[in-house]
Amino acid sequence: MHPNLSFEQAPPISVPYRFLLAAPWFGVLAGILLAWVGGDVLGSRWTPEALALVHLIAVGFMLQAMSGAMFQFIPVAVGGNVSRPLLVANVVQPLLLVAALLLVAGFLFGAPALLSAAVPLFLVGVGVFAVVVLLALWRTPATGMTIWTMRLALAGLVVTVLLGSLLAEALARGLALPLIPLTNIHLAWGLGAWALMLVAAVSYFVVPMFQLTHPYPLWFARGFGPFLMLLVLIWSGLWLREDTSLAQASGVLLATACAAFGGITLWLQYTRRRKIDDATSLNFRVAMIALLVFAVSAALMAVQPQWAEDPRATVWLGMLAFPGVFVSTISGMTYKITPFLNWLHLQRLGAPIAAVPNMKKMIPAEAMTGQFRLHVLALGLLLAAVWLPALTRPAGLAFAVSCAWLGVNVIRALQNYRRFRDQIRASVLHH
Amino acid sequence: MSTTQPLFQHHKHCDEIFADAEEACAKGNWSAGEKAFAEFAGQLETHFLSEEEVLFPAFESATGMTSGPTEVMRGEHRQMRDLLAQMKVSLDNRDDDGFSGNAETLLIMMQQHNMKEENILYPMCDNALGGSDVGTSIASRLAGS
Repeated sequence: MHPNLSFEQAPPISVPYRFLLAAPWFGVLAGILLAWVGGDVLGSRWTPEALALVHLIAVGFMLQAMSGAMFQFIPVAVGGNVSRPLLVANVVQPLLLVAALLLVAGFLFGAPALLSAAVPLFLVGVGVFAVVVLLALWRTPATGMTIWTMRLALAGLVVTVLLGSLLAEALARGLALPLIPLTNIHLAWGLGAWALMLVAAVSYFVVPMFQLTHPYPLWFARGFGPFLMLLVLIWSGLWLREDTSLAQASGVLLATACAAFGGITLWLQYTRRRKIDDATSLNFRVAMIALLVFAVSAALMAVQPQWAEDPRATVWLGMLAFPGVFVSTISGMTYKITPFLNWLHLQRLGAPIAAVPNMKKMIPAEAMTGQFRLHVLALGLLLAAVWLPALTRPAGLAFAVSCAWLGVNVIRALQNYRRFRDQIRASVLHH
Repeated sequence: MSTTQPLFQHHKHCDEIFADAEEACAKGNWSAGEKAFAEFAGQLETHFLSEEEVLFPAFESATGMTSGPTEVMRGEHRQMRDLLAQMKVSLDNRDDDGFSGNAETLLIMMQQHNMKEENILYPMCDNALGGSDVGTSIASRLAGS
């Protein structure tokens, strides 16, 4: 079979958009929840509200945006053919939306039946998505570390969901399982082997592309994914054996790997050829700084266990990882993906390129940088609120407004797409 | 040196002068922008022609694939030439929003195109054309530009 370089199998525009449209509103819900409950809700990772919050971001905001972006990224960037994308998205997205809401409600209201109800929906939704995407990643004629790292990330997603399902059932049915070690393992797979792995895979491709940086060093791009996976496996084994001190030592290695990725990405950005900053490069920079602070904090807690005794310490790490690293990265990517999606689909309508509005006409630059500034303010308030409960309400409010602004920007991009499409169609008909 | 190595390196060279042109125009330094843009547009055209007149025909006659990847690449060259023309119009009108928007669009288009060539098409060409003098001929074209 000859490779089809046209990558014409890019899915209908509604496929990635539906995920990117939904994602920010889970962030809005998380912010509202935080502002509503207020007080000392961030005092521990185990409160029902904290569990609901983290899952609003993880399986609401992150999973929606990351799966939607993969539908677009795999065909356009790595030439993989996601089969029947519209059908798959029609099945997967509603399952994941309902599953996320059930899970969050289950935590918040302490309702075992809701937790149990979420499990099969996650298993089927993620299962279908993973099979279809893995097939596409296996059949692509392209080569390179992005594809290999993406395959690892998919495996990470599957294990995360299996462990999450086990934990949800254990909570719902009161199964006698070691919940704390299993939660730590679930977290390492979700944050490390899935989310950071995917960010790395995408970064190998987009960081040099958007900002004309040097490529990631080959030894790093080859080694980082497998090394991260190995460390997550070691971490999991040690927690299963309940060998806490060795598990913490492996945590230092995990933190070092995260720091290496963050440090190299920042260095590449610093030495980039394209000196122009935009909402994407700024979001990436904030994400990588948050990743470095996360890595340093996690390493310090591992070597000075008394610092980790305060339950707020883990919440601090969570704030750095979820809103700090991943909400920032996803916002930055959204601001490149949606304008490019619009342009890609508009230029196929048959009008001359001169009649197709350029990428900067899709979302006003001020709306993106303004939202970015609010996101940084919200992130600062969230991090401070971990230690100063009086700030919880303003932090929640700021985060909700920032995510709503992101959501409105995506809606505006879609409205502009429709407007330009109608204009182009009308002008093509006239000629 | 592989057949396509000179083209691979030339992609990086084009990136650098693209960044110069974009930065100068973003700072409102239009005369430096014009100079860098002219250099960039010239180098890009030389690159496209080296592929369209030398590499692609050689690949097509070696493999018999005339309507496959090379045709897609020619189509993308056309789109990029159109975007270059848009940039030139914006530059002549001193329209910084138009210039930066078209530059952004061209950049993403160009980077995607380069990735496809570097990851898929160039390795295919290296396989089909190893031992030929196509690489030398391309290198001298690019060096003479």
